Amino acid sequence: MKNKISIKITSKKLNMQTCYDLVSDDSSGGIAFFVGTVRNITKGKTVNQLDFSSYETMAEKEMKKIALQTFKKYDIIKIAIHHAVGELQIGDIPVIIAVSSAHRGAAFDACQYTIDTLKQTVPIWKKEHFDDGEVWVNTHP
Amino acid sequence: MKIRTLFFGIAKDIVGHSSKIIELKKKTTIGQFQVYLTEEYIDLKGVNNFAFAVNEEYATSDHQINENDTVAVIPPVSGG
Repeated sequence: MKNKISIKITSKKLNMQTCYDLVSDDSSGGIAFFVGTVRNITKGKTVNQLDFSSYETMAEKEMKKIALQTFKKYDIIKIAIHHAVGELQIGDIPVIIAVSSAHRGAAFDACQYTIDTLKQTVPIWKKEHFDDGEVWVNTHP
Repeated sequence: MKIRTLFFGIAKDIVGHSSKIIELKKKTTIGQFQVYLTEEYIDLKGVNNFAFAVNEEYATSDHQINENDTVAVIPPVSGG
Protein backbone atom coordinates (compact mmCIF):
# COMPACT_ATOMS: atom_id res chain seq x y z
CA MET A 1 0.00 0.00 0.00
CA LYS A 2 2.96 2.24 0.68
CA ASN A 3 3.66 3.19 -2.95
CA LYS A 4 -0.03 3.46 -3.79
CA ILE A 5 -0.93 6.27 -1.41
CA SER A 6 0.62 9.74 -1.25
CA ILE A 7 -0.57 12.01 1.58
CA LYS A 8 0.84 15.49 2.05
CA ILE A 9 0.13 18.66 3.99
CA THR A 10 2.44 21.45 3.03
CA SER A 11 2.95 25.20 3.24
CA LYS A 12 4.49 25.08 -0.23
CA LYS A 13 2.61 25.49 -3.49
CA LEU A 14 0.85 22.30 -4.60
CA ASN A 15 1.95 20.80 -7.88
CA MET A 16 -0.37 18.99 -10.32
CA GLN A 17 2.47 17.36 -12.22
CA THR A 18 3.85 15.90 -8.98
CA CYS A 19 0.44 14.37 -8.20
CA TYR A 20 0.14 13.08 -11.77
CA ASP A 21 3.54 11.41 -11.55
CA LEU A 22 2.70 9.90 -8.16
CA VAL A 23 -0.45 8.13 -9.41
CA SER A 24 0.68 7.37 -12.95
CA ASP A 25 0.96 3.61 -13.55
CA ASP A 26 1.41 1.30 -16.53
CA SER A 27 -1.78 -0.60 -15.65
CA SER A 28 -3.84 2.58 -15.47
CA GLY A 29 -6.34 3.49 -18.18
CA GLY A 30 -7.07 6.94 -16.80
CA ILE A 31 -6.37 9.48 -14.08
CA ALA A 32 -9.06 11.65 -12.47
CA PHE A 33 -8.19 14.91 -10.74
CA PHE A 34 -10.04 17.14 -8.36
CA VAL A 35 -8.29 20.49 -7.97
CA GLY A 36 -9.69 22.95 -5.45
CA THR A 37 -9.13 26.64 -6.19
CA VAL A 38 -9.60 29.72 -4.03
CA ARG A 39 -12.72 31.60 -5.18
CA ASN A 40 -12.97 35.39 -5.05
CA ILE A 41 -16.57 35.60 -3.78
CA THR A 42 -18.36 34.04 -0.77
CA LYS A 43 -22.04 34.82 -0.29
CA GLY A 44 -21.73 37.93 -2.43
CA LYS A 45 -18.70 39.29 -0.57
CA THR A 46 -15.28 39.76 -2.10
CA VAL A 47 -12.64 37.48 -0.58
CA ASN A 48 -9.14 38.93 -0.37
CA GLN A 49 -7.27 35.89 0.85
CA LEU A 50 -7.65 32.63 2.76
CA ASP A 51 -5.73 31.17 5.66
CA PHE A 52 -5.66 27.40 6.04
CA SER A 53 -4.51 25.79 9.26
CA SER A 54 -4.48 22.15 10.29
CA TYR A 55 -3.98 19.71 13.12
CA GLU A 56 -1.27 18.30 10.94
CA THR A 57 -0.55 14.91 12.48
CA MET A 58 -4.24 14.05 12.88
CA ALA A 59 -5.13 15.48 9.47
CA GLU A 60 -2.56 13.20 7.84
CA LYS A 61 -4.02 10.21 9.70
CA GLU A 62 -7.55 11.10 8.60
CA MET A 63 -6.42 11.58 4.99
CA LYS A 64 -4.74 8.19 5.11
CA LYS A 65 -7.98 6.62 6.42
CA ILE A 66 -9.88 8.11 3.47
CA ALA A 67 -7.28 6.78 1.05
CA LEU A 68 -7.53 3.28 2.54
CA GLN A 69 -11.33 3.47 2.29
CA THR A 70 -11.13 4.35 -1.40
CA PHE A 71 -9.17 1.16 -2.04
CA LYS A 72 -11.88 -0.86 -0.26
CA LYS A 73 -14.74 0.85 -2.10
CA TYR A 74 -13.35 1.32 -5.61
CA ASP A 75 -11.11 -0.57 -7.98
CA ILE A 76 -8.31 1.99 -8.13
CA ILE A 77 -4.56 1.75 -8.58
CA LYS A 78 -3.04 4.79 -6.83
CA ILE A 79 -4.21 7.90 -5.03
CA ALA A 80 -2.61 11.19 -4.03
CA ILE A 81 -4.23 13.60 -1.56
CA HIS A 82 -2.29 16.83 -1.12
CA HIS A 83 -3.50 19.82 0.89
CA ALA A 84 -1.90 23.23 1.30
CA VAL A 85 -1.84 25.25 4.53
CA GLY A 86 -0.92 28.86 5.22
CA GLU A 87 -1.94 31.96 3.29
CA LEU A 88 -3.52 31.38 -0.10
CA GLN A 89 -4.53 34.00 -2.64
CA ILE A 90 -7.38 33.98 -5.16
CA GLY A 91 -6.75 31.29 -7.78
CA ASP A 92 -4.29 29.36 -5.60
CA ILE A 93 -4.78 25.64 -5.12
CA PRO A 94 -5.59 24.42 -1.58
CA VAL A 95 -6.21 20.79 -2.50
CA ILE A 96 -5.36 18.25 -5.18
CA ILE A 97 -6.76 14.74 -5.36
CA ALA A 98 -5.49 12.46 -8.09
CA VAL A 99 -6.62 8.88 -8.65
CA SER A 100 -5.60 6.33 -11.23
CA SER A 101 -7.60 3.26 -12.18
CA ALA A 102 -7.85 0.73 -14.99
CA HIS A 103 -11.29 2.09 -15.99
CA ARG A 104 -12.49 5.67 -15.60
CA GLY A 105 -15.58 5.09 -13.41
CA ALA A 106 -13.60 4.03 -10.35
CA ALA A 107 -11.24 7.01 -10.62
CA PHE A 108 -14.11 9.52 -10.90
CA ASP A 109 -16.01 7.91 -8.00
CA ALA A 110 -12.95 7.68 -5.74
CA CYS A 111 -12.07 11.30 -6.45
CA GLN A 112 -15.57 12.49 -5.53
CA TYR A 113 -15.70 10.30 -2.40
CA THR A 114 -12.29 11.59 -1.28
CA ILE A 115 -13.04 15.30 -1.56
CA ASP A 116 -16.53 14.90 -0.01
CA THR A 117 -15.15 12.94 2.95
CA LEU A 118 -12.10 15.20 3.37
CA LYS A 119 -14.43 18.18 3.76
CA GLN A 120 -16.26 16.36 6.56
CA THR A 121 -13.55 14.67 8.57
CA VAL A 122 -10.06 16.07 8.04
CA PRO A 123 -9.10 18.65 10.71
CA ILE A 124 -8.22 21.56 8.46
CA TRP A 125 -9.73 25.02 8.87
CA LYS A 126 -10.21 27.89 6.48
CA LYS A 127 -10.42 31.53 7.47
CA GLU A 128 -11.72 33.96 4.86
CA HIS A 129 -10.47 37.53 4.89
CA PHE A 130 -12.83 40.23 3.60
CA ASP A 131 -12.43 44.01 3.44
CA ASP A 132 -14.53 44.33 6.59
CA GLY A 133 -13.24 41.43 8.65
CA GLU A 134 -12.53 37.73 8.76
CA VAL A 135 -14.63 34.59 9.20
CA TRP A 136 -13.85 30.98 10.09
CA VAL A 137 -15.75 29.03 7.45
CA ASN A 138 -18.56 26.71 8.70
CA THR A 139 -18.44 28.27 12.17
CA HIS A 140 -21.16 30.49 13.58
CA PRO A 141 -19.98 32.13 16.77
CA MET B 1 -4.82 14.42 36.46
CA LYS B 2 -3.14 16.60 33.89
CA ILE B 3 -4.07 16.61 30.23
CA ARG B 4 -2.72 18.57 27.32
CA THR B 5 -5.44 20.39 25.40
CA LEU B 6 -5.01 21.69 21.86
CA PHE B 7 -7.18 24.41 20.35
CA PHE B 8 -7.63 24.94 16.63
CA GLY B 9 -9.41 27.35 14.31
CA ILE B 10 -11.94 29.56 16.04
CA ALA B 11 -11.39 27.74 19.35
CA LYS B 12 -7.77 28.93 19.33
CA ASP B 13 -8.92 32.52 18.70
CA ILE B 14 -11.46 32.36 21.54
CA VAL B 15 -9.19 30.74 24.10
CA GLY B 16 -6.11 32.69 23.09
CA HIS B 17 -3.73 29.69 23.17
CA SER B 18 -3.04 26.83 20.82
CA SER B 19 -2.16 24.52 23.69
CA LYS B 20 -2.74 24.39 27.43
CA ILE B 21 -2.18 21.93 30.29
CA ILE B 22 -5.47 21.51 32.15
CA GLU B 23 -5.97 19.80 35.51
CA LEU B 24 -9.06 17.57 35.60
CA LYS B 25 -10.68 15.16 38.03
CA LYS B 26 -10.01 11.50 37.32
CA LYS B 27 -12.59 9.73 35.13
CA THR B 28 -13.63 12.84 33.30
CA THR B 29 -15.46 12.14 30.05
CA ILE B 30 -15.26 14.22 26.88
CA GLY B 31 -18.84 15.35 27.54
CA GLN B 32 -17.90 16.60 31.02
CA PHE B 33 -14.76 18.23 29.66
CA GLN B 34 -16.86 20.05 27.06
CA VAL B 35 -19.07 21.42 29.84
CA TYR B 36 -15.97 22.53 31.77
CA LEU B 37 -14.55 24.30 28.70
CA THR B 38 -17.75 26.16 27.88
CA GLU B 39 -17.95 27.35 31.49
CA GLU B 40 -14.32 28.44 31.45
CA TYR B 41 -14.51 30.05 28.00
CA ILE B 42 -18.04 31.34 27.61
CA ASP B 43 -17.61 32.20 23.92
CA LEU B 44 -17.00 28.55 23.06
CA LYS B 45 -20.73 27.98 23.67
CA GLY B 46 -21.50 29.80 20.44
CA VAL B 47 -19.44 27.45 18.30
CA ASN B 48 -21.84 24.94 16.84
CA ASN B 49 -21.06 21.25 16.90
CA PHE B 50 -17.42 21.20 17.75
CA ALA B 51 -15.83 17.80 17.97
CA PHE B 52 -13.07 16.39 20.16
CA ALA B 53 -10.12 14.18 19.47
CA VAL B 54 -8.16 12.18 22.02
CA ASN B 55 -4.62 11.32 20.95
CA GLU B 56 -5.41 12.24 17.35
CA GLU B 57 -8.58 10.13 17.04
CA TYR B 58 -12.13 11.50 17.10
CA ALA B 59 -13.77 10.73 20.45
CA THR B 60 -17.45 10.64 21.43
CA SER B 61 -18.86 12.40 24.50
CA ASP B 62 -18.82 9.23 26.64
CA HIS B 63 -15.09 8.65 25.98
CA GLN B 64 -13.12 8.69 29.23
CA ILE B 65 -10.00 10.85 29.31
CA ASN B 66 -6.85 9.39 30.86
CA GLU B 67 -3.86 11.03 32.47
CA ASN B 68 -1.40 12.44 29.91
CA ASP B 69 -3.89 12.23 27.05
CA THR B 70 -3.81 14.96 24.42
CA VAL B 71 -7.31 16.28 23.86
CA ALA B 72 -7.98 18.48 20.84
CA VAL B 73 -10.90 20.85 20.45
CA ILE B 74 -11.98 20.54 16.82
CA PRO B 75 -14.33 23.22 15.51
CA PRO B 76 -16.32 22.41 12.34
CA VAL B 77 -13.73 21.58 9.71
CA SER B 78 -13.52 23.48 6.43
CA GLY B 79 -10.67 22.05 4.40
CA GLY B 80 -10.74 21.40 0.69
